[in-house]
Formats: sequence, structure tokens, C-alpha cells
Amino acid sequence: MRRRRVTILAWMVLLAATGWIVAHAHYTADLSAFLPARPSPAQQALVDELREGVAARLILIAINGGERAQRAQLSQALATGLRADPAFVSVNNGRNAASESDQRYIFDHRYLLSEQITADHFTTAGLRSAVSESIDSLASPAGFLAQDLLLTDPTGETLQVMGQLSPDTGPRSQDGVWVSADGSQALLVARTRVAGGDTNGQERALGVIEAEFGRLRAAAMPAARAVSLRVSGPGVFAIHARATIIREAIRLSVLSSLLIATLLLLAYRSLRTLALGLLPVVSGALAGAAAVALGFGVIHGVTLGFGVTLIGESVDYSIYLLIQARRGPDGNAAATWITSFWPTVRLGLFTSLCGFASLLPSAFPGLAQLGLYSMAGLLAAAAVTRYVLPALLPERWTARPLNALGRGLARGIDRLQRYRQLLWLLPLLAIAEVQTHRSGLWNRDLAALSPVSAADQAFDAQLRSSLGAPDVSDLIVITAADTESALSAAEAVGKRLNSLVKSGELAGFDTPARYLPSLALQRQRLDALPAGDVLRTRLRAALAGLPLRATRLEPFVAAVERARTALLVDRSGLAGTSLASGVDTLLAQRGNRVVALLPLRAPAAGSHPFAIDAAHVNAALGAAPPGVTIALLDLKHESDALYAAYQSAAIRLSLLGFGLIVLLLLLTLRSVARVMRVIAPLILSVLVVTAALAASRQALTILHLIGLLLIVAVGSNYALFFERHFAPAAAGERSTMLASLLIANLATVLGFGVLAFSTVPVLSALGMTVAPGAFAALLFSALMARPQASHGVLS
Amino acid sequence: MSRHFPLLCRARRGRTLMLLSCAWLVGSAAVAAAASDALEQLMTQLRQRQHGHVSFTEVHISSVLDRPLTSTGELFYDAPDRLEKRTTTPRAERMVLENGQLSFERRHKEYHVALADFPQAAPYIEAIRATLAGDRAALERVFHIGFDYSGDKWTLRLTPLDAHVAAEVATVSIDGQSDSIKTVTVKLVNGDRSITTLGAVLDP
Repeated sequence: MRRRRVTILAWMVLLAATGWIVAHAHYTADLSAFLPARPSPAQQALVDELREGVAARLILIAINGGERAQRAQLSQALATGLRADPAFVSVNNGRNAASESDQRYIFDHRYLLSEQITADHFTTAGLRSAVSESIDSLASPAGFLAQDLLLTDPTGETLQVMGQLSPDTGPRSQDGVWVSADGSQALLVARTRVAGGDTNGQERALGVIEAEFGRLRAAAMPAARAVSLRVSGPGVFAIHARATIIREAIRLSVLSSLLIATLLLLAYRSLRTLALGLLPVVSGALAGAAAVALGFGVIHGVTLGFGVTLIGESVDYSIYLLIQARRGPDGNAAATWITSFWPTVRLGLFTSLCGFASLLPSAFPGLAQLGLYSMAGLLAAAAVTRYVLPALLPERWTARPLNALGRGLARGIDRLQRYRQLLWLLPLLAIAEVQTHRSGLWNRDLAALSPVSAADQAFDAQLRSSLGAPDVSDLIVITAADTESALSAAEAVGKRLNSLVKSGELAGFDTPARYLPSLALQRQRLDALPAGDVLRTRLRAALAGLPLRATRLEPFVAAVERARTALLVDRSGLAGTSLASGVDTLLAQRGNRVVALLPLRAPAAGSHPFAIDAAHVNAALGAAPPGVTIALLDLKHESDALYAAYQSAAIRLSLLGFGLIVLLLLLTLRSVARVMRVIAPLILSVLVVTAALAASRQALTILHLIGLLLIVAVGSNYALFFERHFAPAAAGERSTMLASLLIANLATVLGFGVLAFSTVPVLSALGMTVAPGAFAALLFSALMARPQASHGVLS
Repeated sequence: MSRHFPLLCRARRGRTLMLLSCAWLVGSAAVAAAASDALEQLMTQLRQRQHGHVSFTEVHISSVLDRPLTSTGELFYDAPDRLEKRTTTPRAERMVLENGQLSFERRHKEYHVALADFPQAAPYIEAIRATLAGDRAALERVFHIGFDYSGDKWTLRLTPLDAHVAAEVATVSIDGQSDSIKTVTVKLVNGDRSITTLGAVLDP
């Protein structure tokens, strides 16, 4: 009696402690679960880009329906409203080609910014060529050049800088705003202040957009009835994905819990027993989460999502106890169960632990957390079943018999076992099936895990192509100790890239140095400017024969004089202009390094349209100066490579786990034949499920693999029960065991079967693997077990 | 009294004057109506044309330059929404206005802007396109229209409505004969002028 109380007290203390840890743990839903704990520089750049990069901060907005003019008007009003909100760095919808402040800044700093400023540009010949071009511009069809500008800037630096800064391609515009290619949508691009990886921040920004649009639409009612808003972008996807996963996880786990509870109620025919049976499940879930919190400091959303599915296995332990335990000679049902069945359950537990332990050394936190969670969860569930439940059960309690069910099962198995020679065909068929689909067996695309629907992805692609929005896939990443050396390196790389643009190898590129030249280059440009008297002399010679007299250009001479003594500009000088956001997008302090990004644009035509020849670009990059790294990053390639590494690590570790399981069984069962009888049904189940998935054209992802591991973990219990208790047991004990296995199996199949209908690929992959796999494991274990002795003789 | 109202006091002459002014008013209304009719007729006539391809010579006279600048090239027109101005000398340059979109190339870089975003191009290119298309509504969107004619010769005097454009461009005069444009004169506020003369019809 005293020992009981101590056990219950200890359990409650542990439960409270784990509850406290879980309540105070840190949770994260970012991508780091899928990224290696010690990333290479390229992987780090990938992570940074996905989380904080240019493309990740964009929210693409489309206004649909209604009248064309109405959409244009709403677009203008929405852009104005959003620009006033601090959540956005910039909002573009077409009309802000170059704002007043940009024009002023560009004009004032033209001699620092213009790429054509070199000493050559200000020789007599250089001046003559530049000024005569400007004179011709005066007569240009669009009246590009105002007369005043000819006199203050006859070498055309202002137009040059505007040309440098304007994007090469822009969306179509109509009524003064950007529209989709078919003109049916007005388009805007908002750039958020928070990083793309900050899903909460993105959600707030999205809320601002929706509220502002709702307000404008309401004000324009009833005319605006047909107008609607649609948004897209990485942040929007993340918000939707998170919402979908949470919604589905809750909906499906509630549904599966209800189904399992109903099943158990039918089996136990007692509410109290049902409640007791769920205690190990709750304890296990808490213990798993607490272990991860203690071991990793932070719990990934993915781990918790998976934890829900572990209910299917942890509930099995209590099912075994609560169905199998009968009052024996010494009176206590639980004590009898512990003597006869617990060793089998314990061995099953250790087998599962071996399987999941293999995930622990994974370099990917997501996998390692899954491993730890499962081990702690299963251990706790089993321990609570073994030590706490017997203490909580009433003294004279005994399981309600399911004899009819058990006897029926025994007869069925007996009949089926006559055909068990046919089982030999199954592995052959399965292997043949897997072989025919071998090339497409594994999904190599990270997008396979994406919960974003194909329709949403297509909409995003359509918006992007209409907008020419950066869908950055290739970029050059420069890291340096400070801003100045990062910008200098970007300038050197820019020069090399220019030659690739000339040869058609690249369509273009962007660089932070375009908005903010390095101080060294600014100094160099100012040094190229001649003194007033020299300039006057050269102008006289340069303009000989041209229709413009040198004496007219005094405002130009004065402007150059002023520029020669002007201060250089740094980031703070750009405040209030759109150049500032250009710099901030492409130049960032990360840790103690400064990172400059140069996004590349692939040519639309040529020998390899829409693709960038990485080898060519790398060859052109040349050597980096000391203290600086320069690397070409192909985001798509890099992320797929990362995923492939993740996947092959998981496969390798799973095989290792399987090896551990075999070793453990060999050590305990001490007979190769017995070990074979345990693992053969498991291998067969895994093979059959893999073949079925392959046959239904399901390319396998990492989640299917985890599912296969779960089949082994769950199925090993069945196989062990059959191996140790089927043939030798008395008929009564056998039928109880069969009934409990069927109930446990149904619970697992229900729990995971519900998941198979999820729209989230991560969840449905688990469900469609484990549900049929668990059933197959039970069936094959039954068929492969040593036949029961003829009925009644031994009992 | 008479000093203040000379017309009323001299009643006789007053009546004559009144009659005259009546006649003038009626007459000018009639003339205005006739002019409006004629403008409508001209527009209808212009709308018949589907294609055009002519050479042009443009003379640009600027106060800061010692002598006029001359450029030459070709104009291509496809009814109703496409006008291309291809300058060949002194510097090759191409500008296309199509469906309200303006594209041009400068220093090996292509630009695409909506005409609505770049109103300063209207006097130079939209004026010609809308006239060729007989698109009176389009002309009236950006200009105040004055119209004179005599026989089959006519002149459209266009004054920019946009304040920014009006600060630079004083008038655009388009002279033509029956369904073709002869010259386009853009007068800037500062006195500069550009006169574009449309020449020989090249292949139809």
C-alpha cells in the first residue's frame, strides 16, 4: 500500500515537472528543423536568404474584378495607405518611377554615382563625345533633356545614373498602375520590414494590407462589390501553411482521439478503465516534449506535430495491460500480467527505442528531435503502464474478457496459416514492383514537403512573371569584415559580370554598389574631375564645331568645382530615397560580417535560356581578396542538395537502427530462427507498403521513411507477442492476447488512417504509410507465427 | 454720361452696332459650328487610314545652340494604336507608342513606360498618333484643341492641359492637307521650337 502511494506521488511529481518544462519551453516553427546544425557557408547563405533575403520579404498583391479604372484607383489608394505604415519598407504599384527626393539626390550626387566617371570621360575627346550626345538628346523624340540640364550637366550624368538605377524590365502598366499581362488585375509589390522567416511579423503585415484594402473597398461601395484582393509570396505561404498545419493537426487529432476512445470504450466497457488507459499517452507526450526542451533548448513545431501521431503507439502499452491482465493464482491481475506479458512488452519497447535512437546522431535538428521525443515518450508511456497503472487499478480489478473475439481470431489465423507458403511470393512481387519504379522512388524535390497547394503556387508564378519580381535563384554572395571591403569586392565582381552581360551569358544583375559606391570608388571618381580652369580649356577645344559654345557651360564648370570638394556619401546619406532600400536589400550586417548580395538574371534567349552557367560565372569571378569570400549560390540547387543530404542521412540512420534492433533481438532471444520469425513480418510489411506506395506513384519523402521506421517500432510488439505467446500459450491466454493485439492495432490504424486524409503532405505521408503498414505487420506476424498446437490438447 | 457710355448715347450708331454684333455673334457661332463639323469630318476622314509610312525631317531650334539641329528618320503608323518614330540621323533611336505604352531605347537599355506616367512625351508622339487615328477624345484628354481650315488644308492648334507639360510646351501645331499631316511644330515656353516635316510616302 505504502509503495503504491510512493509510486503515484513520484509519478505526479514527474508529471508536474514535465508539464512545467513544456509550458516554459521555447517553440519555433522556422526552417531550422530542416537545416543542418553546422551548415557550410553556402548552406548558411541559403538559410539567410530563405529567412531574410530579398525575395522572402515580398508580398505580391493583386486586385481582381470590377472596372479597370476602379482597380487602378484602389491600387493607388492602397499603395498610399501602405506606404504610411511602418510595417513596409516600400510599396510599389507603378507610378513612383523616381520620386522628387530621388531625382534631387541623383542630381546632387551625379559625380559620385555615375559609372561613366573616369579620367578619360573628362579629356577633350571624352567631353566632346559626351556633350555631343547630350546635344542630340535635346532633339530626341521624347524631349528627354530639359535645356537647363544641358547647361549644368552636359555630359549627361543625371540620365546615366537614372539609367543605372532603373530596372531592366518592368511590368505592364495601365492607367498609371502595374497590371497583369492580360490587364485583368492591378498589381502591387510590398516589401516588409520584418524578415520573411518571421511568420508572426509577416502575419501582422498581411493583416495591415487586408484591413487597409477592406477599408478602401467599404468606402467605395457599392461600386466596389466585385473587387477582391489576393496576395501571394513566401511570407504569405508560410502563414497559410502554418495555419493549415495547426488546423489539420487539431482537427485530425481530435477526430482520431474520438475514434480511438470509442474503440477502447467498446473494448473495456468501462469509462474508468478508458481514463486510466489514456494516462500513459498523456505522460508520454509530456515526457517527450520535456526531453526535447531539455536536450535542445527549443522545440520545433514539426516535432510536436509528430508527437501527436505517437499516441497511436503509446496507447498500445495500456491496451495490452488492460485487456490481457487476468487475476491469476496470487490474486492480483496486474501482477500476473507483469510476470507473464511485461517482458515481451519491455522487449518491444527496447526494439522501438533502438529504432528511434538511430535518429539521435542526425546532423539535422528536426530528425534528432524526433528521435529523442519518441524515445522519451515511449519510455514514459511504458513505465507508467508498468508501474503507475497497477498502483491505480483497484485491488480486485480484472480485465473484461473478449473471449469470443479472441477465439474467432485464433480460428481465423489457423485457417489462414494453411496458405502461408504463399507469403513467399509477396517479397518477390514487392521487390519487383519497387524495382520497376526505382528511378522515381524517392522524391528529390524539397517542394514535396511544401504544404502550399499547386493552385497557389501557380498563382504566385503568374504574379511573379507579370511583375518581373525577383524570384531569386542565383546570386553571388560576398562576405567581408566591413561595408567598405564588401562594396569594393562587389564593384570588382560587378566589372567581371558586366563582361558576361555583354557576351549574353547573363541578362543582368543587381549590386549594392550601384546604390552606394565604395568610398574608394567615390574618391576615385572625384579625383577624375578636372579643376575649373583645366575644364574650361578642354571644353573650348572639345566643343569646336559643335553648336554649343563653351562659355554657355559655366553652370557645368561651377557644378564640377563644387563636386570636387563635396563630402563622400555613406548609407546615412541615402535616407529618404528609394536608394536606401536598394542598399538595405542587398547589403546586410550578419553577425560580425557584412554580406553583399548580387542577384543574377538569366538570359531569356541564347544557348541556354533561363539558366545560368554556374561554371562560366565561377570562372569569371576570379580570386577573392584576403579576408573576403565570394561564392555563387544557386538557391534551388543548394536547397535540393540539402534535402537530398537530409534524406540520405535519414535512410542511412534508419538502416543503422534496424541493425541495432536485430542485434538486440539476437542478444535476448539467442536464436537466429526466433529472431527471423520476429523480423521477417516487419521486413515484409515495409516491403509491401513501399511497393504499394510506389505502385500508386507516390514518390517517397523523408516522412514516408519515418513512417516505415514507425511500422517497425509498432510492428515489433506484435511480432514479439506472436513469437513468445502464440504457440506455447493456453487457449484462453492466446485468445486474450489476440484480442488485445487486434484492439491495439485498430487504435494505431485509426490514429494514422485519419492522417492519411490530411491535405498537408507531411501528415498524409505518415498516415498512408503507417496505417496499412501496422495492419500488415499484425497480419504477417500472425501468419508467420509457429502454428498453435491443435485445439484444446494443451489447454 | 456720354463719356462713360458712348455707345448707348449714340443711339443710332448703337443700333447699327447691336445689329452688327448680333450678326457677328450668330455668324461666329455658325462658323464655330462649321469648324466643329469640319473637325468632326476631318477626324472621320483621318480614321479611314489604316497604315502610314513616311520619312520625316525634324529641325530643332534652341536658344542655347548656335545653329539648328536637324534629325531625320521614318514614321510608321498602324491604325489606331501604334506609332513608331525611327530616327536614323544624327543618332539612331527608336520610340514606339503602342496601346498607351511607350517604349524607347537609350544607351542600349530598353525602357517601357505608360504614356500616362510620362506626359512630357505626349506633345511629341501622342499628338501625332491621336491625330492620325482621328481620335478626338484622346486629343482632348491631353490638349485643348483649336482648329482652322481653308479648303482641304487644316491646322490643329493643341495646348497641353497637364500643368507640368504646359510649363515647358506652349503649343503643338499640326498642319495637314486632307487626310495627311504635313508638319508638326512644337513650341516650347522658353522659345525653343522643333518643326517636323513629314515627307515622301515610303512603301505603303
